[in-house]
Amino acid sequence: MPINPKKTDMSKQAPEARVKNFNEVALGYNEAEALKEAARCLQCKKPFCIEGCPVNVNIPAFIKLVGEKKYDEAAKKIKETNSLPAVCGRVCPQEEQCELKCIVGKKNEPVGIGRLERFVADAEMKAGNIEKNAVKLPEKKLAKVVIAGSGPAGLTCAGDLAMLGYDVTIYESLHATGGVLRYGIPQFRLPKEILDIEVDYLRKLGVKIIVNVLVGKTIPVAELFKQGYAAVFIGAGAGLPSFLGVPGENLAGVYSANEYLTRINLMQAYKFPETDTPVRIGGRVAVVGAGNVAMDAARCSLRLGAKEVYIVYRRSEEEMPARKEEIENAVEEGVKLHLLTAPVEVLGDEKTGRVTGLKVIKCSLGEPDASGRRRPVIIPGSEYVMELDTVVSAIGQSPNPLIPQSMPELKTGKWGNIVTNEETGETSVPGVYAGGDIATGAATVIAAMGAGKKAAASMDKYIKAKLGIG
Amino acid sequence: MFKILKKRDVSPSVKLIEIEAPLVANSAKSGQFVVLRLKDGGERIPLTIADKDKKKGTLTIVFQVVGKTTQELSVYKAGDSIKDLLGPLGKATDFGGAKNIVCVAGGVGIAEIYPEVKELQEEGKKVTTIIGARNKSLLFFEEELKAVSSALHITTDDGSSGRKGFVSDVLKDLLTSDKSIDLVVAVGPVIMMKVVSELTKNFNVRTIVSLNPIMLDATGMCGACRVTVGGKTLFGCVDGPSFDGHQVDFGGLMKRLNQFKDEEKNSAEIYKLKCAECR
Repeated sequence: MPINPKKTDMSKQAPEARVKNFNEVALGYNEAEALKEAARCLQCKKPFCIEGCPVNVNIPAFIKLVGEKKYDEAAKKIKETNSLPAVCGRVCPQEEQCELKCIVGKKNEPVGIGRLERFVADAEMKAGNIEKNAVKLPEKKLAKVVIAGSGPAGLTCAGDLAMLGYDVTIYESLHATGGVLRYGIPQFRLPKEILDIEVDYLRKLGVKIIVNVLVGKTIPVAELFKQGYAAVFIGAGAGLPSFLGVPGENLAGVYSANEYLTRINLMQAYKFPETDTPVRIGGRVAVVGAGNVAMDAARCSLRLGAKEVYIVYRRSEEEMPARKEEIENAVEEGVKLHLLTAPVEVLGDEKTGRVTGLKVIKCSLGEPDASGRRRPVIIPGSEYVMELDTVVSAIGQSPNPLIPQSMPELKTGKWGNIVTNEETGETSVPGVYAGGDIATGAATVIAAMGAGKKAAASMDKYIKAKLGIG
Repeated sequence: MFKILKKRDVSPSVKLIEIEAPLVANSAKSGQFVVLRLKDGGERIPLTIADKDKKKGTLTIVFQVVGKTTQELSVYKAGDSIKDLLGPLGKATDFGGAKNIVCVAGGVGIAEIYPEVKELQEEGKKVTTIIGARNKSLLFFEEELKAVSSALHITTDDGSSGRKGFVSDVLKDLLTSDKSIDLVVAVGPVIMMKVVSELTKNFNVRTIVSLNPIMLDATGMCGACRVTVGGKTLFGCVDGPSFDGHQVDFGGLMKRLNQFKDEEKNSAEIYKLKCAECR
């Protein structure tokens, strides 16, 4: 039978319905769709897809198990290397990773690996088998370790170290777990109930999670070693947002995407005044930037009642860093793209200090710059004013400054990032490891997970060498 | 959960609570703050640490009842618990080796300046303290501050206690008569800190102000607390809360503080109505 050239479609909520709610947009495969898609996998002898996955999930093996309707076994297979399959199945940019390497993808559309991963994780959840399937770990632990931050890097590092036999404590500074998975990614892309279940899976592996503790402030790292912890992983995540660098960036109504999304996702401002944290959106919103975070901010704005929502981006559609499917979703929902457009000044009301508009200028694309992308060149005299109530700056952030501030001996790079050995996560301080946005600057969830995984492996080696075992 | 061990009214609108938080008490330094959230659905609000007791593992927080959350907190009693509390946050105040310091405070700032006055006194510095309020009933901590200051000056707008007038009047006299004053620390309403900073600029005396911008995570992630200082965008929770008063754009700060004024008022009014029912 010839292979189906197209990926099996996944159903979605219709655009006109979904802009009125925060429910998940993509609905996932049903069993028939999953079986149909699993049949497209060639079961390659040399599977390149595994290389493409930062946490090296044994993709052909789990897809084979799906084909055999052994969904629990498939879930166990994924969880051998990935503790967060329901999260990854939803938010990983598979098209740049495993699916990019898929042999089927050479001539046709690649196998929908991410969609299958999600199907498997959701099936295990729906069957209520997560606890039953969890690996039983020995009571006696090798040593105690601390993970600072419960975002994707920290959760992955914690899961791997728990499986390796360590007594793991995660300290989270916010009042809720998940880091960017909770405060950043909206409910309609990653339902928090799903996140809760995956975080809870780590607790089943024996990981202790303590919120309201900021390592470096509440407890200094040096103090942790005094308390007998053998190693520390720092996954403190994103830090201070970058602003536009134009006049008016501090007017009321200019939010960083971090603030905007944190108000909405973590603090549930969409339920204000039932909840206590407000967010003021108004009728017209411009989001500057074109990554996934920008798409999330734009799509949240529509769901909160904004009439006009614009993406302002100085390059063209081709250079937009967001996942293609998220851009498509945003456009379907009514987000308008102002491409080749750069902000010049945020305009405000003198008296109230509130945003009234954004002065922008048109650009064309010149020669490629250091990033390899074509550089935007301003077209003189092409300024115009967009009338707005809210401006969201979604142009990235620097790594979180607080732990480096508290540890002068920790070597940091140009952007305030913790300098690490990329292969091991080692920092300049023995026993201290780091990974995720704190080390690399803003990147993806799965890249952070990959870093957490590598760090876990080298922490294991370091501790065993110190204890003279293994 | 963080248990409240003690609660007392220090003035009609200012309350004091002592909270069990041993880790925070152990690390806290003067000038730092905590963020707390009373319950699920609650907002995160920053409050300055007014005192700490390492042995008992407790923090003293003094707050002014202004919005919904502080209204709600004001009815908490000893034995009640706060759901979330994170700290100590922000940098400790850097007095830069000053020897003759004037500490100026108004409103709830009177409580917030206490740990700084105490620290300076313990270091053997000369500390003169000036506190002010609209009237006598709004003053508090006079005895506590007197005990740790070389001298304490009091002003009230109506003359019901101390000198009639503003804290800046006393400060001006001090700066005129004592040229060895090498630092002024001001904590209180934005407008007071602005007036003090303008005054000390004329005398060319270094001035530290403690700012209270809107915060959300308060851990260097969201950027809500940005303030313009010397033309640069800095962050209250990472670079502050103390800043050089001569460099702060107070006008911009006030506008950013008013960002959610309508929503805050609305929320507080709904709470008041509901609370009237529940009582």
